[in-house]
Amino acid sequence: MDLFPLYNSLRVASISTFITFFLGICVAYYIARVPRAVKGFLDCVLTLPLVLPPTVVGFFLLKTIGPMGPVGSRVLEAFGLKLTMTWYSAIFATTIVTFPLMYRTVRGAFESFDKTLAYAGQTLGLSDTFIFWRVIMPNCRQGILAGTVLAFARALGEFGATTMVTGYIPGRTATISTTVYQLWREGNDSLAYKWVAVNLVISFIVLLTVNMLEKRYKEPTRAGRGALADDV
Amino acid sequence: MLDAEFEAGNEILALLGASGCGKSMTLKCIAGVERPDEGRIVIDGITLFDSEKKIDVFPQKRRVGLLFQSYALFPNMTVEQNIMSVLISRMAKEDAKKRLACLTESLYISGLENHYPVQLSGGQQQRVALARILASDPSIIMLDEPLSALDSYLRWQLEQELVRLLENFGGTTIYVSHNRDEVYRICGKVCVMSRGRTERVCTVDDLFEAPRTLAAALLFGCKNYSRIERVSEDKVWAVDWKTYLCCPAPVDGDARYIGVRAHYIEPCAEGGENTIHCTVLRVTQDVFSTIVMLLPDGAEPSSDFSNIRIELPKERARGIRKGDAIFVKIKPHDIMMLKKS
Repeated sequence: MDLFPLYNSLRVASISTFITFFLGICVAYYIARVPRAVKGFLDCVLTLPLVLPPTVVGFFLLKTIGPMGPVGSRVLEAFGLKLTMTWYSAIFATTIVTFPLMYRTVRGAFESFDKTLAYAGQTLGLSDTFIFWRVIMPNCRQGILAGTVLAFARALGEFGATTMVTGYIPGRTATISTTVYQLWREGNDSLAYKWVAVNLVISFIVLLTVNMLEKRYKEPTRAGRGALADDV
Repeated sequence: MLDAEFEAGNEILALLGASGCGKSMTLKCIAGVERPDEGRIVIDGITLFDSEKKIDVFPQKRRVGLLFQSYALFPNMTVEQNIMSVLISRMAKEDAKKRLACLTESLYISGLENHYPVQLSGGQQQRVALARILASDPSIIMLDEPLSALDSYLRWQLEQELVRLLENFGGTTIYVSHNRDEVYRICGKVCVMSRGRTERVCTVDDLFEAPRTLAAALLFGCKNYSRIERVSEDKVWAVDWKTYLCCPAPVDGDARYIGVRAHYIEPCAEGGENTIHCTVLRVTQDVFSTIVMLLPDGAEPSSDFSNIRIELPKERARGIRKGDAIFVKIKPHDIMMLKKS
């Protein structure tokens, strides 16, 4: 069995999750400082890919990064690089589609973060950078982890936008989802089932890992409350 | 809406007010984590905020220590890490470790360094929070209701420690509270705050003896008050108690209310100046005394102001029952003239 689709899916999902991770956290952090009037509108725009059908996203993408589109044509001219119909085209699609998941989850985590911790840090003379990385982030770990997992799972399962932007070229741009679709169209059920099984196994591994990580992160906050409560 | 103004020297200044009156917001403005619309904040001659000159110093640079009501210890760090994070940013590691040892010893938290905040008791958490504040070497310390969340058993012990700590600190301290007893014991000066507005700073004794406003009197435990109409130089008509009362002359033109402490009203024999005929509404046994609620004749039964509350030693209150008719007397010099604000 040619394992390229597995390798490609994982590759694409990992890279786009990596990008979405930093982008999502950045945007979620800075959106709090945007004036209220703009915030609502911006929030809608950023959440849009979640609500639009993946094929609509794919259509927009093609028109933008396709060889005739404003971005695609310039890149083609400047670097001789084709942005569509390559394995890395999928990264555009999956990043856009997973961004809202990361963004909204992290924003929720930031909003439910106890601001007095940040205020205390500031009055104690700790820099805003220190407060962000050593106080805010660790205390929002669960939200961030949840967002990352959602993003990765969604990226792994992306089909609509990916198909339109990368097509199906076995050995070059095929992902697990496009491969299963292709195999179904060819009537090759037995191979299709094998890929379904692979996908299930990966999904299970990801979810089990997440559950274990969540448990570990919950530990310090439940360590023997009241052990020293008798002492004043 | 906040409108605060006060000055403090090297002393403990209380900011006394009911919950929600803006005390915490004032502290946050001083610390720099909230920005007032206009005004000036100056500490030790250094302007931290000036809306006109467009000065607004970062909270990190203000050297203002603020103890939040929730203590705000970083839950993801141990006690040692909580304090070291502040020390490391100011000095070399070796010195930081020495300073840490010094602080933990003087605040009786040695041995707890490797614990997380959630494993500590309320009193321990507060001491760690104080150690962390002292580690930042502040020029002033502000405490936001430090004893409010504690059981009364713990409260006294922590109060003692707090007083000792503040004496050692020796700088300006602002102590926010809604508890007049605490304020009376711990602080030297008081600034009363009511619905976002501060009143003049005065000493604790002054405020207790002669609160000038209704808000101050209420905060300082005055339980009896009535609206008044001035009748003459030394006489007023107490609107809510439906009686004439002689007051210390001359009656202040601005006075709108009078206040009398529960301890200063006593049952008496019939007649005489400043006596009020009342019906007993309720007799309540308190731990060391008896509280009797009275309704003066002719007064409106459903109004808050119209009830008179007196407190008597248990022996003296023995014969009093609900429904009894008694006379009470108020000495003129025990009547406090109060302005609205």
